[in-house]
Amino acid sequence: MPKPLLGEQYSDLEQQDGALQFGMWVFLGSELLLFSALFALYASYRSMYPADFEQAIRHNTLVYGTANLYLLLTSSLCAALAVWAMRRGRPRLTLGLLATTIVMGLGFLVIKGAEYLVHIREGALPGRYYHWHELPSFGANRFYSLYWVMTGLHALHVTAGLCVLGWLSLRVMKGAYSVEHHAGLEMGTLYWHLVDIVWIFLWPLLYLS
Amino acid sequence: MTNPAPETAPVLPIAGDQPDYLHWTSGVSSWLFTRDHKRIAIMFYVAVISMLGLGGFFALALRTELLTPGRTIMDATTYNRLFTLHGVTMVWLFLIPSIPTVFGNFLVPIQIGARDLAFPRLNLASFYIYLLGALVTIGGMVAGGTDTGWTFYTPYSDQTPTRLVPVLVGIFILGISSILTGLNFIVTIHRLRAPGITWRNLPLFTWSIYATSLILVLATPVLGMALGLIGLDHGLGLGLFDPAVGGDPVLFQHIFWFYSHPAVYIMILPAMGVISEIVPTFSHRRPASYMAIVVSTIAIAFVGFLTWGHHMFVAGISELDAGFFGALSMFVAVFSAIKVFTWVMTLRRGSIRFNTPMLYFFAFLFLFVFGGMTGVAVATQSLDVHWHDTYFVVAHFHFIMVGGSLTGFLAAAYYWFPKMFGRMYDERVGMVGAAAVFVGFFVTFMPQFLLGNMGMPRRYYSYPAHFQWLHVLSTAGAFILGSALLLALGNLLVALVNGKRAIANPWHSRSFEWLTTSPPPKNNFGATPNLSYSPYDYSLTEEQARAQASSR
Repeated sequence: MPKPLLGEQYSDLEQQDGALQFGMWVFLGSELLLFSALFALYASYRSMYPADFEQAIRHNTLVYGTANLYLLLTSSLCAALAVWAMRRGRPRLTLGLLATTIVMGLGFLVIKGAEYLVHIREGALPGRYYHWHELPSFGANRFYSLYWVMTGLHALHVTAGLCVLGWLSLRVMKGAYSVEHHAGLEMGTLYWHLVDIVWIFLWPLLYLS
Repeated sequence: MTNPAPETAPVLPIAGDQPDYLHWTSGVSSWLFTRDHKRIAIMFYVAVISMLGLGGFFALALRTELLTPGRTIMDATTYNRLFTLHGVTMVWLFLIPSIPTVFGNFLVPIQIGARDLAFPRLNLASFYIYLLGALVTIGGMVAGGTDTGWTFYTPYSDQTPTRLVPVLVGIFILGISSILTGLNFIVTIHRLRAPGITWRNLPLFTWSIYATSLILVLATPVLGMALGLIGLDHGLGLGLFDPAVGGDPVLFQHIFWFYSHPAVYIMILPAMGVISEIVPTFSHRRPASYMAIVVSTIAIAFVGFLTWGHHMFVAGISELDAGFFGALSMFVAVFSAIKVFTWVMTLRRGSIRFNTPMLYFFAFLFLFVFGGMTGVAVATQSLDVHWHDTYFVVAHFHFIMVGGSLTGFLAAAYYWFPKMFGRMYDERVGMVGAAAVFVGFFVTFMPQFLLGNMGMPRRYYSYPAHFQWLHVLSTAGAFILGSALLLALGNLLVALVNGKRAIANPWHSRSFEWLTTSPPPKNNFGATPNLSYSPYDYSLTEEQARAQASSR
């Protein structure tokens, strides 16, 4: 099994792996704060326009959001199992599980895209472009502005996560990870779990009334 | 702790005899693509000093314009753009990165006995991201310019005819650099400490960089979001904060200050860390209380997240909120006072030497206490209603940011100059520079307290004639301050070429960075040192400390 390169600032690989993973956790903490600003805005505007938010949420198609929830949760499980498989020394299983994760992530984006198309067609667009006739209110406008920003930012994260997973798959194919040393794999999948966790919070806020 | 290592213990060459970091390779690309934290620190040094010069130049132009009530050298629109440019440059291009990216980068690994930061490539990336952000920000300012002030308040920022988006994109990029820098420090301080260094003998400067990094990592993303949303509002008509379509401008202020108030502690905590190193070294005495400084550092970082509302007393927040925010803001003053008293108590019965860094400490002490006390005053609602958005507030925050952070930066520049470049500066010129910085600063900003109290609003192009003498005084001070800064930095530039060679520990400090040679070798130490004693233990002689560090 090939060993990863040891940076000269580290005394051994364990220290290096630990630092890499710890760094990822710090980064995820930072990412959470990025989303938290949007959650705070959502809470404020919802308390300002409770009725409009209710109506707008009821209008959103629950099936799309829920299907996406199941997709992401299952993909996250696959990502975790991919690491488990690597620990058991089964890199081909890891590769299969990563591929499954990627397919599910792409499925998420397809469903999200279909939902966006519906919104675009009916005019439930953010801010100045909002022209949906059924709910011509400031509150619904605020809801859809936030809806687009929150899901848009999340979709960007899904896309970034897919790139990371793709890169990890290439690394696994090249045999870069071993039973003992697979810090990169763990870091990448941790990022995917963040994508999943954010959706767990977006789903009730945007789809459940 | 006071026991020196037994004399029979094998003494490792902790300083080593490798070539120093400036000379072990040469050529432009050995600098541009370096992963050595010390070389990256030097590149940051050049960059932030240039930004200081730029921001200072803008400040002098503004002060020149304010010499007369009417037009002096520029029209009102240019003036509005210029004070925005001054604020943005000083806050994001100089103050926020200044001490952490230069001295933090250089010294944190050495102070904890590590060979480098945890992620050297990320460190280099954060330098280039900073450069890119600086180029985009300044380019956007020059090409389009924006006149909102550095705070970008809505609804004006939704409507301003100037081009806002490039500047916001630039600051967003700078934020990414900040987060990566903070992340790198946190992981380094957790994972790469040499044997013997615990959280109880971690050098105080490293502690302050640690606390600063926590704020960088947790607050900067919120700024990114605030700027992103204001950009979408301005560029795409998202209208999230636009009252014309039911948005709430006060919410923008909440999100903006959730970052931008802790950002004040990003600027001042590292300066406090510098001071906490200088005072024990030049008093030749351990700090009156190590724990008091550590606890107040962490407490300021924490409470700093809960005080943002004091910027909004007149923006329409509830009285209950305002009361909480006011009281919590005063907590920061309590913890700052704990630091001030600890430094002063450290002087007591110390054997004090007056070198330039120590002179900067005294300037810092006076200006910071002055700025801090007026901070308590403006954290009081009833007083703030009178002073809000006047020169009083301008003077207050310049006392903290210039009197505190910039003075701390200069103190660090002089204190660690021998370590960083292996040469000594001219002490007399250094002291004259420090005194002149103090005088120039005081003459610039003291009149602004008076102006503010008389009702002079900030950011105004014109003013009644009877304010003029104070404005003229302030402008005169600004030019003294500008010349003093040139003198202080010029002195270091001259020393870079002509200075006497520095020994490893010219200040006879016990702090760990002085154990290695000046300038340090590429890997900082010949062998990993054993740092199980306190970096402020002056009951050890230099030889004993060195023996202890070399023992296994």
